[in-house]
Amino acid sequence: MRLTQGTFSFLPDLSEEQIAAQIRYALDHGWAMSVEHTDDPHPRSSYWDMWGTPLFDLPVEQADVVLREVRACREAHPRSYVKLIAYDSSRGRQTTALSFIVHRPRHEPGFRLDRTESHDRVQRYRLHPYAADAPVGSRYENGATP
Amino acid sequence: MTPTSTITTEKKDRWASGVTPYAEMGYFNPDYEPKDTDILAAFRITPQPGVDPIEAAAAVAGESSTATWTVVWTDRLTAHENYQAKAYDVTPVPGREGEYMAKIAYDLDLFEEGSIANLTSSIIGNVFGFKALKALRLEDMRIPPQYVKTFQGPPHGIVMEREYLDKFGRPLLGATVKPKLGLSAKNYGRVVYEALRGGLDFTKDDENINSQPFMRWRDRYLYSIEGVNRAMARTGEVKGHYMNVTAATMEDMYERAEFAKELGSVIIMMDLTVGYTAMQSMSKWARRNGLILHLHRAGHGTYTRQKSHGVSFRVIAKWCRLLGVDHLHAGTVVGKLEGDPAMVKGYYDTLRLDHIPENLENGIYFDQDWASLPAVMPVASGGIHAGQMHQLLSYLGEDVVLQFGGGTIGHPMGIAAGATANRVAVEAMIQARNEGRDYFQEGPDILEKAAKGCPELNAALQVWKDITFDFQSTDTPDYVVTPTVA
Repeated sequence: MRLTQGTFSFLPDLSEEQIAAQIRYALDHGWAMSVEHTDDPHPRSSYWDMWGTPLFDLPVEQADVVLREVRACREAHPRSYVKLIAYDSSRGRQTTALSFIVHRPRHEPGFRLDRTESHDRVQRYRLHPYAADAPVGSRYENGATP
Repeated sequence: MTPTSTITTEKKDRWASGVTPYAEMGYFNPDYEPKDTDILAAFRITPQPGVDPIEAAAAVAGESSTATWTVVWTDRLTAHENYQAKAYDVTPVPGREGEYMAKIAYDLDLFEEGSIANLTSSIIGNVFGFKALKALRLEDMRIPPQYVKTFQGPPHGIVMEREYLDKFGRPLLGATVKPKLGLSAKNYGRVVYEALRGGLDFTKDDENINSQPFMRWRDRYLYSIEGVNRAMARTGEVKGHYMNVTAATMEDMYERAEFAKELGSVIIMMDLTVGYTAMQSMSKWARRNGLILHLHRAGHGTYTRQKSHGVSFRVIAKWCRLLGVDHLHAGTVVGKLEGDPAMVKGYYDTLRLDHIPENLENGIYFDQDWASLPAVMPVASGGIHAGQMHQLLSYLGEDVVLQFGGGTIGHPMGIAAGATANRVAVEAMIQARNEGRDYFQEGPDILEKAAKGCPELNAALQVWKDITFDFQSTDTPDYVVTPTVA
């Protein structure tokens, strides 16, 4: 399967140049940028691990600074999902403005839908990432980038 | 004193029994300066032939506040000047013979805190049937922060909804299950599953899908939630199906909403036809139970569409933001339903911004300050398709739910393919916009390029490329561009 979280998951994986264009768009809006990674991509897994603290106050010309962090995070966590986040701290928003996956494990086994039968045909559903059977740090080893 | 027995040409005493013109009773006051705390209303008035527009405006002010048709001495037991609404500005509408715009100020004390039912009973209660008027339309209202703060507004609002769904930076995508009537529950859930696994964020019950003989609500909910969860497992994304809880009684609505919650649905919906009190009750329920609340504006066209009579949709939008819904249908501009681009922009601004300045071009008659009341996500639905993505993004922006019902389910390669076409189109358009391209002009090229790697989008563009709904709007702004001195 292909995890389709994030703003651009239905497009072919973005090239570095395309990622840089999105970074410039975000910096141009004055948004802070941060990189996060995880090997628990459950849709309710809100807290991916932060790759350092967010980068505030970068001028548009320094899109490279963000791109360097993306590369470094990918290299350190080749078997994880990595996403790039733009954060809008303006009053009334104070939330994520843009968030897209910039790296994914080579093999994505997906999710198992577990169910428990309850009363009157009601089902209790549970989404279980196959990868989560392995402990944190040793998931997605099959087919991961060497 | 028996003034009626005396023939006099002098002005009648204010308190003499009998009929005194409203304007002379204090309901017209051109010198009145509205207080910051006043609720203001702009009414389009069409007086009957021979009726003075000022008297007509004063009558509207009178009948929507304290007045009755004749003088009553019991007014003198009150600080009546405080409770009288005051028409303070009456001007002819440019280019519309016989129509006048009357601005009327109401003291805050006239309204119960936190009650849209009470607000509407005053403002649109009796006056719309007034004989002396040929037609009457409530164009806009200014709700002061002092009154806004008696409401909590949307149970979640745009910001919380996006965090709830973990979806940022692009319009959300939905589809109404079609055919809207007749599917069995199992077939219905199939459409939900296919549309969501193909790439949509939401599917939706239609406004008139409640609990009919061919499909009862409980069965529909069960099969729909099966489709939602299967699609979540296929994609790893949060998905939802708006379960319509519209029903005959409040007890039935609560029962349906409770069941939707028990099944783990992230969202429910209701129709405008249930009324203001029922909507406000469901809003409180949705906040208490953590479900997103979608509102379909079923029936609004009966009173919002005609220019001279009724209530403008921007007023309905304000009431709905106050009473508290997370989603509200607000027009598409390019689709099959009524919607002048400038007017639709006015509705979208009203739902989404915190401060909306007066702007007659968009039909906004007053500054409106929402005092941090959460924003409502507008919903665009009715005759839209992937080939219009550049126009939709340009007219409607990013904080919107784009609902492609026919534009998903009618796809030649199937429902999931239709969903994929829409999702690829929106992502490609956002990418192009963010890259700084003139996506409105280059839209067709951007879509064509994206379609090269996506047969589903390619098929959608082929099928619907020539479909437009180009009709004249009936509800347009009355705005005259003042020629600038060159």
